[in-house]
Amino acid sequence: MNGSVFNVTMFLAIFPELWIFALATLVLILELALPKAQHRSLGWVTAIGLLLGIGVGLVVAVPSPQAQLVWGDLIRFDRLGFVFSLLFMFGASMTALFSSNLEKLGQRGDFYVLMLVSTLGMCLMASASDIIMLYLAIETTSIPLYILAGFYKDDEKSTEAGFKYLLFGAMTSAVMLFGFSYLYGLAGTTNLYELANQVLRNQLSPFLLYGVLGLILVGFAFKISAFPFHFWAPDVYTGAPTPIAGFLSTASKAAGFAVLVRVLWVGFPEVQPYWVYILSGVSIATMTLGNLLALAQRDMKRLLAYSSIAHAGYALIGFVAVSELGITSVIFYLVVYLLTNLAAFGTVAVFEKTSGSSEIASFAGLSRRSPWLAIMMLVAFLSLAGMPPFGGFVTKFAVFAAAVDRGLIGLAVVGVLNSIVGLYYYLTVLKVIYLYRSEEEHVAVPVPQASLLALAVLCIGVIAMGIFIAPGFNIALLGARALW
Amino acid sequence: MQFPILSFIVFTPIVAALLIFLIPEDRKNEVRVAALAASAFALVLSIWVYFAYDVSRGGYQFVEQVNWLPALGISYKVGVDGMSVPLVLLTGVVMFTGVLISWGIDDRPREFFTFLFILATGVFGVFVSLDLFMLFFFYEIAVFPMYLLISIWGWKETREYAAMKLTLYLFVGSVIALVGALAMYFTAGLGTFDMLELEKAGFSREFQILWFPFIFLGFGVLGGIFPFHNWSPDGHVAAPTAVSMFHAGVLMKLGAFAALRVGVMLLPEGAKFHMGWIILLTLVNVVYGAFIASVQTDFKYVIGFSSVSHMGLVLMGFATLTREGFLGAGIQMFSHGVMTALFFAVVGMVYDQAHTREIPKLGGFRKVMPVVAVAFIIGGLVSMGMPGFSGFIAEFPIFMGVWKSYPLIAIVAAVSIVITASYVIRVAGRVFYGDLPAEFEGHVRDVNVLDKIALVFLSFILIALGVYPGWMVPWVESGVDTILRLLGGA
Repeated sequence: MNGSVFNVTMFLAIFPELWIFALATLVLILELALPKAQHRSLGWVTAIGLLLGIGVGLVVAVPSPQAQLVWGDLIRFDRLGFVFSLLFMFGASMTALFSSNLEKLGQRGDFYVLMLVSTLGMCLMASASDIIMLYLAIETTSIPLYILAGFYKDDEKSTEAGFKYLLFGAMTSAVMLFGFSYLYGLAGTTNLYELANQVLRNQLSPFLLYGVLGLILVGFAFKISAFPFHFWAPDVYTGAPTPIAGFLSTASKAAGFAVLVRVLWVGFPEVQPYWVYILSGVSIATMTLGNLLALAQRDMKRLLAYSSIAHAGYALIGFVAVSELGITSVIFYLVVYLLTNLAAFGTVAVFEKTSGSSEIASFAGLSRRSPWLAIMMLVAFLSLAGMPPFGGFVTKFAVFAAAVDRGLIGLAVVGVLNSIVGLYYYLTVLKVIYLYRSEEEHVAVPVPQASLLALAVLCIGVIAMGIFIAPGFNIALLGARALW
Repeated sequence: MQFPILSFIVFTPIVAALLIFLIPEDRKNEVRVAALAASAFALVLSIWVYFAYDVSRGGYQFVEQVNWLPALGISYKVGVDGMSVPLVLLTGVVMFTGVLISWGIDDRPREFFTFLFILATGVFGVFVSLDLFMLFFFYEIAVFPMYLLISIWGWKETREYAAMKLTLYLFVGSVIALVGALAMYFTAGLGTFDMLELEKAGFSREFQILWFPFIFLGFGVLGGIFPFHNWSPDGHVAAPTAVSMFHAGVLMKLGAFAALRVGVMLLPEGAKFHMGWIILLTLVNVVYGAFIASVQTDFKYVIGFSSVSHMGLVLMGFATLTREGFLGAGIQMFSHGVMTALFFAVVGMVYDQAHTREIPKLGGFRKVMPVVAVAFIIGGLVSMGMPGFSGFIAEFPIFMGVWKSYPLIAIVAAVSIVITASYVIRVAGRVFYGDLPAEFEGHVRDVNVLDKIALVFLSFILIALGVYPGWMVPWVESGVDTILRLLGGA
């Protein structure tokens, strides 16, 4: 392709990125233009801007089923990247709504700008078809997130979270980059879609590939918080501002999966048995560890952190079932998981603002204090537990189905056993909310408008995904089919 | 297109649940009236569908089908046959009476009825579903509200423990069955979860033998099969009255029914291979359950273990794989559902007045609550299998079926009738006869009129079925024909 000639497709391919960039600029200008008292509305601007972007994108920038490589083959304009881009924009929009009522967070323009830049990076991650682009996208995503995790400068926990995230992220990213450099040296190309051909042509020793792949997987495992690179998650989620913790555990994780899907499935089909073997083990370890450690948690954010580790494990089940159903189930899983976990973190953020604590025990009596907030937590937690009629049931069903389809019955069994452990701690939380009483149970928990809207959208989405399965599944299927 | 009555039945409770949740918290009476209206509506619909079922035609009727997820061959497909239509009726009955006797719940009745109705939707959904995915979907909808219902409104002493135990047991059972169901789906290779299609899939004998125990025992957990029955008495005892009624009356049938529909009907060769030892498990249920019931001193535990024993009879009827066995089991599911709902209602009423369930501390309640005493005796006679009551119509064919295939087991199982008689008579005598202990004098009042309506209604059904079984036997027989056809006329 001749890179010097611009055409419309090239700009449509990066439509989400352009839109987000424009929105970030707008937010920066508005911060200067608006009086301080009205900075709250920056959250609304960000959220509505992103939703508008999704709407406009759906009208003008839907990729054709025939994928195209654009911008000097750096970007692949396909439905997989598109689905993920919209998902990230949606997640960022909800996060903006949750943040808008937090004084030190949501009334500062730089917060929204950082979040938007990170979202931009995620969109690029999902559509990058070249390892250099990929690396840049990952860093564009991560660096703002390091700052966001440590955004409360005067809070020791938050700065610790930011720093920890930075150290972990920088180290794994360096290892991954090292792997990329080997990859280029071995294959002589940076393009993922070329890579597989080159590997085949050069008849590379599989052992070299194993090593390279191992290095690269370190970086990806960090992004999706999979074992053994999950250690940062609980500390970072606890210390980071709660909406950002929600964003990290959903959009950022989904972006990691998007990359994982593209790089491994497209770039390394030759050594597929090898990475299926490794990632099956990682999946089992991740979900088991996440669930078992979640049992012991007393802090809601830590609990959700371990639960989100466990969910990475479930999604990996679909990932290692190498089939169209498998990849569809992963995408579908991530979509529903994003809705669900954002709702969970959103309810925690709302409650935390009133009570000042995220201890599980402090949630006692919530159903008497605010029945609606309680029912939203119920929806989110039961969906995480994989109960119908919520989306979580259908997506768990899909990943287990993908595993059984490929004869990975053992993996499916480990998955279902894990979901039982999961059910236990999710129900324990619901018990605290519904059964236990507290001295403050006559103090209502006010739910700010922005959060209420976001929670309502997310909960209705979770229920709708669970009842009307076909639309969500079919979108995931479209994304899956666009991979090659 | 005909009127989608089954969908109406399934979705009435959940729509009612949503509406009830919109009523302001402090309007408790409006909540109760709305709940009663919704349950009465569901009852009327279920009576209607029961009598509109064309017995002479048999098979699946009122079938509705809507594509749900065409990519995987999942559809929303409902329909009833002679086996399931009595269970739909049963659910309607228990739901209605359960609301009647829950009138006194004062702690967050809005949430209570919301969760109870979500549960009801799950139960209706399982009984009418003809799609395997849909069956699991509704099956698990029926499980999780139990946790909240028991842990919030249950008996303070054991509710947290019992609720968690129950939920985990049932969930383990269902996910194990789920893996089996997925294996069936992919092995059949038909790309559909439609059970009527899967019936014709022609699974190999090895496959059926491998997976049958997972499916049958996975669902059997909810049916209370030994040795996985342990959750059930604890759950019954800890649950509030209406939930115990639902739980023992309907939910356990859900397990038995799903084990039949998915296990026996889709994997008939597996059933033939394994039933020889499964019947021994059910024998333990029947005899051991009755024994344990007879040594309990807690009124509610007596009933809880009697449920284990009676559900054992249902599963034993299945395990015989004979016409008589299935027929009896089908009727027993209905009869036991109504009977045990009646029992738990009685226990709840006695406990509400006496604040104890220790049988030795009770006595003479006949004087203060005569209707309750009569209802308990009717329930007792049903449970002993006395002719003239529904229990006889149900248990007699089961024993006939067992006798035909395993005479020795029939003899041992028959012992349970004697034990049942002994504990029913003992409990009736201790609780309702004799002298009213002095501490209750003046404190204990009769139950209110709503409670009486519920008791009379349940008792009426038990007697009506016993005196004139003609309004149920042909229904179940037509369902049994389908099963036997699948079993190849065994």
